[in-house]
Amino acid sequence: MRRHLLSAADLDRPEAELVLQTADELRSLADRPIKKLPALRGRTVVNLFFEDSTRTRISFEAAAKRLSADVINFAAKGSSLSKGESLKDTALTLEAMGADAVVIRHWASGAPHLLANSGWVRSSVVNAGDGTHEHPTQALLDAFTLWRHLGSLDGRRIAIVGDVLHSRVARSNALLLRTLGAEVTLVAPPTLLPVGVDGWGVETSYDVDAVLPKADAVMMLRVQRERMSLEGGGFFPSAREYSRRYGLDSRRMATLQDHTVVMHPGPMIRGMEITADVADSHRSVIVEQVTNGVAVRMAVLYLLLSGNDSGGQA
Amino acid sequence: MRYLLSGARVLGGEPSDISIEDGVITSVVPGAAGRAGGDPEVVDAAGLVALPGLVDLHTHLREPGREDAETVETGTSAAALGGFTAVHAMANTDPVADTAGVVEQVWRLGREAGHCDVFPVGAVTVGLQGERLAELGAMADSAARVRVFSDDGRCVDDAVLMRRALEYVKAFDGVVAQHAQEPRLTVGAQMNEGELSGRLGLRGWPAVAEEAVIARDCLLAAHVESRLHVCHVSTAGSVEIVRWAKAEGWNVTAEACPHHLLLTDELAATYDPVYKVNPPLRSANDVEALRQGLADGTIDVVATDHAPHPHEDKDCEWQSAAFGMLGLETALSVVQQTMVDTGLIDWAGVAERMSHVPARIGRLSDHGRPIAEGEPANLVLYDPSGSHVVDAMQTASLSRNTPYAGRELPGSVVATFLRGRPTVLDGKLA
Repeated sequence: MRRHLLSAADLDRPEAELVLQTADELRSLADRPIKKLPALRGRTVVNLFFEDSTRTRISFEAAAKRLSADVINFAAKGSSLSKGESLKDTALTLEAMGADAVVIRHWASGAPHLLANSGWVRSSVVNAGDGTHEHPTQALLDAFTLWRHLGSLDGRRIAIVGDVLHSRVARSNALLLRTLGAEVTLVAPPTLLPVGVDGWGVETSYDVDAVLPKADAVMMLRVQRERMSLEGGGFFPSAREYSRRYGLDSRRMATLQDHTVVMHPGPMIRGMEITADVADSHRSVIVEQVTNGVAVRMAVLYLLLSGNDSGGQA
Repeated sequence: MRYLLSGARVLGGEPSDISIEDGVITSVVPGAAGRAGGDPEVVDAAGLVALPGLVDLHTHLREPGREDAETVETGTSAAALGGFTAVHAMANTDPVADTAGVVEQVWRLGREAGHCDVFPVGAVTVGLQGERLAELGAMADSAARVRVFSDDGRCVDDAVLMRRALEYVKAFDGVVAQHAQEPRLTVGAQMNEGELSGRLGLRGWPAVAEEAVIARDCLLAAHVESRLHVCHVSTAGSVEIVRWAKAEGWNVTAEACPHHLLLTDELAATYDPVYKVNPPLRSANDVEALRQGLADGTIDVVATDHAPHPHEDKDCEWQSAAFGMLGLETALSVVQQTMVDTGLIDWAGVAERMSHVPARIGRLSDHGRPIAEGEPANLVLYDPSGSHVVDAMQTASLSRNTPYAGRELPGSVVATFLRGRPTVLDGKLA
């Protein structure tokens, strides 16, 4: 496999399937009493988080630790407004510490790309979510979850519903699910679909009720309340109107096919984009996504780091 | 000092000998004519194109306030090396050039540096705040004789303030140069809004945010019968609006930047902030429309929007990086590549768009004059043959944020004369 994972578009179909197969093998580890492999013993994985994300960080941390890697958590909290240490200086510090992989979460789109291509570090770079750009390991864990429930994704219809405009999850999923042969429909109010989305090779719809009955899976995206205010862009009038037009409630859930699963990348806002009874229903695979997240991230770290060997014992 | 520029092709025409004495062109003689008496210094200009000294309507010299990015000394050195004999220094310095005191300081720094004439642009509003008019009259009456007023970097978006500015500058034949950017449509904007901005997750800067302001300003300029200049036009739609305003007979002029004539938004996919500029690089369709507009006279002039930034402001995340790119030293080469080598305009057309017309818009009397007997000896000798690879480390500018680094560009400036005195000889500062 390649050295970095920056975008879901980096993966062709055989590579993506290799990640899923590897994750499948590693997932069985979760059911064993001792959840640890020596594959990355002696290697150092740095979780470099410029943005708070407890769930993604602990998922990567668990993944690295289960492969026996040493883990350093570096929470360089900052915003575009506060100018602290630059990304460059942070990167040079990590390089000096001898990181083998840097898992980076950043508020700026393209920051992982910059880190990987600037020559500042020699380590592998894994994008753990950058701005409103991409979140490729989330897409991989979503694909993995779908694959376990639906088998091959060829011709499967996946509806992604919510704030597509600001969603790195939607971008990465649109890319990866297409690579794996699925048909993706992005569903959102027109204000929350990016300009030029027609060129993404996916279907779009403003009408969630028309899309749901045909879907094999429904992926709900988080919708932040601040998007309502004019400062947030004024993308929709009220939470109530959003829920009414795009939220997944039990009435809408009843229109789904029997085998259709409901997903959410978390964190959920119950009552906004998804009602509590849907989130807790038998169709929901939301908790399973978390378990799969660790397996997929193990697979990614394993494949990236065992490719450029320097002491790995895989 | 006397100079004989022998065999220069005036505006790309037949070889001529140009004699210069005491800052004035004393003769232009076709053919390799005899040497004048009194031993002038001979500059071999065989094969070189002679153009009137270039005039930039849009330069950021950064002094006072950001001497870490550029100074009047370094910026005007870059200008001379690019063939310019006059630049208009934008007002967004610190302090802002919104008083007679600041514009006179910049003007004086230019005179002391001596590489090219510096004509300060005055701010339209106090502190570029867009709230009340700066003392435009005082700046016009100062030693700097300001005629171009702009809040560049910010848009005068308040319609009534823009109207008053357009009206007020009529008293001293001034012009308001508008940075057309509807602020609410471009909050946090990072790059051209289109398919690519959506894919890259970078917030879009839609064409309409430029076009809507240009349309409004054209109508305002017509209404109060004043003079409007539109800075850095970047979209096909803007070209159409300016074309319409000109067809109506309104007093509207417009500029295009070299980078908008050559580069497209595809470069943003590198996430390299050297390509981050305001207005942003647009689509190939926009580039083509700008070239056509510049060729047919809809766009009057090429202006560089030379915008130096220190390395750390470009060696970072795209979203954190400053907007702007260098332009003075590469402008003529980019215009050759995009406009001359493509057959859209000839060298006389280049002189028109990079010297005569910008001087006219800035109301400069001694620049943008023809290359003829009795005219001020502001000249550039340019070698259009050959090409060079741009090296960011070799800029005369203090900053290195050239988007052309590593790119091959045609031609080179061989010599620049400011009032008969060489500021550049053999491609180096004289």
